[in-house]
Amino acid sequence: MNVNEVPQDPLHYKERDQLKKKMYAVDNNGKYTGVSSVGWEAENAATKQAWDEVEQSLAETEAKVKAGEMSPLAYFMEKNLMDLPLLAKYAGKWQWQVKKHLKPEGFAKLSPDMLQRYAQIFNISVDTLTSFGK
Amino acid sequence: MIVPNFEHQQHAHCESGVTANLLNYYKVPISEPMAFGIGAGLFFGHLPFLKINGTPGTTFRTWPGAIFKRVTQRLGITMHTEKFRTPEKAMEALDRALENHIPVGMQTSVFYLPYLPEAFRFHFNAHNLVVYGKEGNEYLVSDPVMEVATRISAEDLAKARFAKGAPEPRGFMYYVIDAPKKTDYEKAVQQGIKQTCFMMMSPPIPWFGNKAIFLLANKIKNYPKKLTQRKASLYLGNIIRMQEEIGTGGAGFRYLYAAFLQEAAEMMKRDDLQQYASELTKIGDDWRNFAYHAARQMKNRQTDLVSFDELSDLLRKCGDEEKAFFKKMEHIKW
Repeated sequence: MNVNEVPQDPLHYKERDQLKKKMYAVDNNGKYTGVSSVGWEAENAATKQAWDEVEQSLAETEAKVKAGEMSPLAYFMEKNLMDLPLLAKYAGKWQWQVKKHLKPEGFAKLSPDMLQRYAQIFNISVDTLTSFGK
Repeated sequence: MIVPNFEHQQHAHCESGVTANLLNYYKVPISEPMAFGIGAGLFFGHLPFLKINGTPGTTFRTWPGAIFKRVTQRLGITMHTEKFRTPEKAMEALDRALENHIPVGMQTSVFYLPYLPEAFRFHFNAHNLVVYGKEGNEYLVSDPVMEVATRISAEDLAKARFAKGAPEPRGFMYYVIDAPKKTDYEKAVQQGIKQTCFMMMSPPIPWFGNKAIFLLANKIKNYPKKLTQRKASLYLGNIIRMQEEIGTGGAGFRYLYAAFLQEAAEMMKRDDLQQYASELTKIGDDWRNFAYHAARQMKNRQTDLVSFDELSDLLRKCGDEEKAFFKKMEHIKW
């Protein structure tokens, strides 16, 4: 890639265009040099798609929480880009235990301590956690 | 407390960047491409069975930590490395090092680094940065992917250092204890090139090295038959992100490695290495071409078989070229 071929395609999404990355490209004398780039169309499309997927899936989960099929924990887990194994690690619980908490019935039985621990993981208040979807 | 004269430089990639910034502070002059090459950073791997967020893992670089370890070993630098049980102990140890004016490298999770654009903040736990000072409740951070040095609160840094999930940082930090006055770069360069050739050409299993490029090409050919449109798009998107989105310097580290070969050519006065550099630049262009077309396919979400066949062929071309490239480079006479 030549220095003048380094793409400068900004993506105005989630502050992506705030960061210019360093790229390596060849100048007119065939020498490698660092070039600052705001982004590339192909890369931007992939970034955006990954987030679209997150948001689509989050919307589906939100609907399930509101319909009483899943607990608010499921929503905040996804909002924080976590999956079951990762949330279990943060909570210091087995996966089968956390799996129960993802259901409204299991969630209703949680102790105040455990609710506090989950809220802390997501950096929200217990009230925000328990009242979501109501 | 601020480490005097610590200089922040922006680099393409976090690990080779941290290596360069740290070693330069200790008067071991080294560029990012040099660090990447000596550390044998270039690689390829595709693991269809290892799903990360539901997509198969693809990598264009060696495993986290390897570049730094190899560079310091090959240049004879003595390092201190440490992991911790609790965030409190990890932060105390960091403060002690800073009091002694030592810049400290560490492993973090990008999810907890608020100064990065949100677009990049997924749970990736092998991001390297240098902390070179503390003022009040804030740490001074030299993150190689950032244009300028930045700051982070003590709470956020502690979270980033104790993120969960593989690879778990557990507060991992490292700093230079002793650097030799004179270093033998030429030998380190040779060792780095030899190792890269070995890692690309020798693995007898299909998931690592050059063979994995053909494995991925075969998989892509079958995407329209085996996957839903949504999945096929996501899989393609993930390959593009690994190749271009995270700091690779372009073309999945191929340009960065070509820059290394060029610098080595000048240092050792060897025209053949310059030849290799030019060749790899062209191969890099083909990788970019692949990513460009993969992105178009991803956006269109068309499951017409021809496009996926063509994509597969574009990738196969990169694989063929790299195979010839590394086979030749393996036999360099030093």
